[in-house]
Amino acid sequence: MANHEIVIAGFGGQGLLFAGKVLAYAALLEQRELSWLPSYGPEMRGGTANCNVIISDTPVGSPIVDTPNILMVMNNPSLDKYESAVARGGKVFVDSTLINRQLSRTDVEAFYLPATAMAGDMGLPTLANMILLGALVKETGCIREESILSALKKIVPEKRTNLIDANMKAVAAGRNYRA
Amino acid sequence: MQEKVLMKGNEAIAEAAILAGCRHYFGYPITPQTEVAAYLAKKMPKIGGTFLQAESEIAAINMVYGVASTGKLAMTSSSSPGIALKCEGISYLAGADLPALIVNVQRGGPGLGGIQPSQSDYFLATRGPGHGDFHVLVFAPASVQEMADLTGRAFDLAMKYRMPAMLLADGTMGQMMEPVTLPEPRDPQAAPDWAAVGTECKRSHHVINSLCLDPVQLERANFERFERYARIEENEPMWEEFMMEDAEICVVSTGITARVSRNAIVEARRQGVKVGMIRPITLWPFPKKPLLAAAGKVKSFLCVELNMGQMREDVELAVRCQKPVELCYRVGGMIPSPDEVLDKIKKMNEEGG
Repeated sequence: MANHEIVIAGFGGQGLLFAGKVLAYAALLEQRELSWLPSYGPEMRGGTANCNVIISDTPVGSPIVDTPNILMVMNNPSLDKYESAVARGGKVFVDSTLINRQLSRTDVEAFYLPATAMAGDMGLPTLANMILLGALVKETGCIREESILSALKKIVPEKRTNLIDANMKAVAAGRNYRA
Repeated sequence: MQEKVLMKGNEAIAEAAILAGCRHYFGYPITPQTEVAAYLAKKMPKIGGTFLQAESEIAAINMVYGVASTGKLAMTSSSSPGIALKCEGISYLAGADLPALIVNVQRGGPGLGGIQPSQSDYFLATRGPGHGDFHVLVFAPASVQEMADLTGRAFDLAMKYRMPAMLLADGTMGQMMEPVTLPEPRDPQAAPDWAAVGTECKRSHHVINSLCLDPVQLERANFERFERYARIEENEPMWEEFMMEDAEICVVSTGITARVSRNAIVEARRQGVKVGMIRPITLWPFPKKPLLAAAGKVKSFLCVELNMGQMREDVELAVRCQKPVELCYRVGGMIPSPDEVLDKIKKMNEEGG
């Protein structure tokens, strides 16, 4: 099975590290090898934020993703920064509400979802990340779709389990989205 | 066996410390190790332990000295500039023969430097962080699992040899999450026979002190300490070998750069280059024996480091300069890519190893 090298990037506060954590926990529950590495420091406080996730069937060497084969981006600077790094044939998931351009590369596969607008329409304005994640998991198969729910049950604190349904609604919206 | 969980390296240190029986943490916040303190701030009060955010790093290390005097496991954590502040206290711990754990999640320096990962405190840690003739045990984890495992090991050896131990991680190890199987919990140990816990008027005092004005006695204390160090150098070095069986080039690297090097080695092997790695896990005691043994087999060594070549000096000493020791490095918070390491390996191979 392929090595999934994933970069998730955007503004701090968009739930990018959380989305990466869902993938990481899902991979753990599937007994795969994985690593999760966040950007850290002042950039997290409202600036750009990103995390690197590697899901593999062999032990992970470096946790740093230099050449992602999966990219999920939620702001213009992140697309500018990472577009050229994506591996040929890689898949790129773009929040087209917040990113006002198309990819300039033609050797990668792009998926445009107006995730932030969709999340607003659904009354789930903080869950654009999970809409994109739903599409990402469907299109890449990096983890099994049912593992998302198992992972959320592990991550979301007991007091806030009511949020799991909302997260899963957002995931479903991303999975079912047709451009 | 406990269930595998996903944790940040910094959190794994904190949880492993509790599981090892540590109930006393003193610290002061600094990136990129703050999660150690944050985790213990939540957990220690719930299990009857002490979490104390001191007014400074210097205060924190001296509080560690106080608890260590009573024979209990005590720890502090910081990052490079904060560790520099603690050095006086670490020297006092060494002088008083006290066990303690000091966690250093390194960032770029010198000075305040940056906050991104670094391994530039190698000299500081391995040469004795403070004034006087002494060493601390130094452990260099290269995975979240090792962040947990070596925390317990560091406490054990610190207590066994009555000396401070340092967990020398880099920012990446502190921040990354990986699956980890936590160790089995241990109850806090009973006070050892040297601890200053009150005489109850039944025995003579146990004096814990680093002041010794009699040169004869002070010399004797130094000699005794170095006899202990010799036993440690004989018995406690830890290292891991990777693809070394027929290697002609031996990479030597720790922490995040060992992980990067692993990618490069796997790719180089795929391209037919005979390369392997000896990864020191203890930096003091340094694993000299496997390196010297390798010097008889390989054509050259390559140190991959996040500093200007500090560990290379130890490798050259360990192999007694029998073979060339090359260097691949980035500093200031930059990390070499696997391709940078691969290019260096291939260049060395083309030049005859």
